Amino acid sequence: MTAIRKYWIALIFSGFAAFAYAQNDHGHDHPTHTDQHGHEHAQPDSAAPQPAEHAEEHGKCGHSINAPQEFNAGDNAVHHISDANIIHVFGDIYFHLPVILKSEKGWSFMTTKAFHPHHHSTGENSHEGYVLVHGGVMRIQGGQMADRDYAIEDITHLEVEGEGKKKMQYNAVIEGQCYPLEAKTTYDGGILGGGVTSFMDFSITRNVFTMLMTAIFLFLVFRSVANSATKRRGHAPKGLQNFIEPFYTFIRDEVAKPNIGHHYEKYMPYLMSAFFFILGLNLIGQIPFFPGSANVTGNISITIVLAVLTFLISTFSANKHFWEHTLWMPGVPALLKIFILTPIEILGLFLKPFTLLLRLFANITAGHIVILSFVSLIFILGKSGESMSGSIIGIGASTLLTLFMMTLELLVAFLQAFIFTMLSATYIGTAIEEPHHH
Amino acid sequence: MLFLADFNVLKPEPGLLIWTTVIFLLFWFLMSRFAFKPIGAALKQRETDIQNALDEAKKAREEMSHLQAENEKLLAQAREERSAILKEAKDAKDEIIAEAKERANAEYKRKVESAIQDIENQKMAAVVSLKNEVGQMAVEIAEKILRKELANKSEQENYAKSLADNIKLN
Repeated sequence: MTAIRKYWIALIFSGFAAFAYAQNDHGHDHPTHTDQHGHEHAQPDSAAPQPAEHAEEHGKCGHSINAPQEFNAGDNAVHHISDANIIHVFGDIYFHLPVILKSEKGWSFMTTKAFHPHHHSTGENSHEGYVLVHGGVMRIQGGQMADRDYAIEDITHLEVEGEGKKKMQYNAVIEGQCYPLEAKTTYDGGILGGGVTSFMDFSITRNVFTMLMTAIFLFLVFRSVANSATKRRGHAPKGLQNFIEPFYTFIRDEVAKPNIGHHYEKYMPYLMSAFFFILGLNLIGQIPFFPGSANVTGNISITIVLAVLTFLISTFSANKHFWEHTLWMPGVPALLKIFILTPIEILGLFLKPFTLLLRLFANITAGHIVILSFVSLIFILGKSGESMSGSIIGIGASTLLTLFMMTLELLVAFLQAFIFTMLSATYIGTAIEEPHHH
Repeated sequence: MLFLADFNVLKPEPGLLIWTTVIFLLFWFLMSRFAFKPIGAALKQRETDIQNALDEAKKAREEMSHLQAENEKLLAQAREERSAILKEAKDAKDEIIAEAKERANAEYKRKVESAIQDIENQKMAAVVSLKNEVGQMAVEIAEKILRKELANKSEQENYAKSLADNIKLN
């Protein structure tokens, strides 16, 4: 038993070491790039058209994104957990999705097919001034080149200094000219290298598509259960009913009733929806191939929405008793209240949903990153195909470690869905708690 | 920093925010309207049904035992009644027999008494006829004595004496 445990620990540590090494490597290896890169870098990059020449040719624009470079596990993982405008099924087969963009010139509707994606989900041509780079839509700065579709000769990236920060600048090479590209608007306030740009992306992205698919699937399953539950009233439950109903009773008896109390029924639909929405997305995100694999619950935009809903529900359900205890705690000296207690309580009000959104996001993302890093072991140890024996060792280690991680992720999928629901119920319960009579 | 700058999943995006809100709100509404409410209601209904069925079974069991006790009581009562009836019948029989005996006795007594009466009457009749005869004899004797006295005084007396002795014999 101990021998096996030691073996496992050694394996896990070697996995982390490899991951750390990959990270380290990242720091020194600047010719890499940013957004959604590293896809399929495991394979020798023979498909890229004369990459070295491109890199020289457009030297003033920066390095071609197709230039050969060392495999980077970090970039690889980040690329795979990122949202994208297109779903890469395998090889050169893509699942095209609608693209909805809004710039100062108005709305643009298209599908990713308009970009004629080829290698690495990068478009062959521009469309209405937009280009597709590694699965993400970017815009040619200043709304140029929007009059027709232009053939994209190359996409390059260049590190630029801006506002005291290093930033990755992407350029599109069209007709031998270098055109800087803009990423879509994000609300990170520039802290993470994003920010408000000239266009917004309201597309049905991979994450949106997965959400829709999951929601419809769950709805159909639950609808059939509801139907049979209604029809078979007075009979023993059957089939799917036996699978779904215990979840309902579990959430009701273990989550809603003990935390919320008498008024639990009002909040049951929200708790159940949140639980199954998160669980469904967690599980579908674990399927490593199409139509799964989208990292939805590991994207902060999604967890923000869910946490904000919990915050709104608990805040708008809150009674006088809750506000009194939050803003003006009885039985505490006024000075203490003004300077310590009330500020802390108000901070806590917002910290609660913040931890809620961060916990789910971090757990799922971390799990995906670790799995992807373990898969990367194959390419790291195999030196991207140069070392046969390394690859074999990598495959062995990676299979074991990934199997272990996926099992753990399966547990985490249920656990995080449960924790989110449980904490939502707790926050609602605290907000509507009736005063105790001392 | 380069790595973090790439960390797309940590950047809130307007498109995803809006789509998530729309999809989740719709999901919430549709699920609560068409799935959770009916499932919850059906579950609640089933739970009450099961509770009711259990309660009913318990009640039925209680009723059963109650009925059984009553049955036993009724049986005991019937048995008691039967023995009472039997006893009554026996009493009636005894009474009838006793009465019959009494009546027979009485009849017997009456018959005996009437026989005794008859005997008495006959005896009295016999006595009366005897007395009549004796009277007649006495008169005859007296006649004969008177006749003898008329012939011989001493003889008359002896004769009377002997007559008297004769009477005594009777």
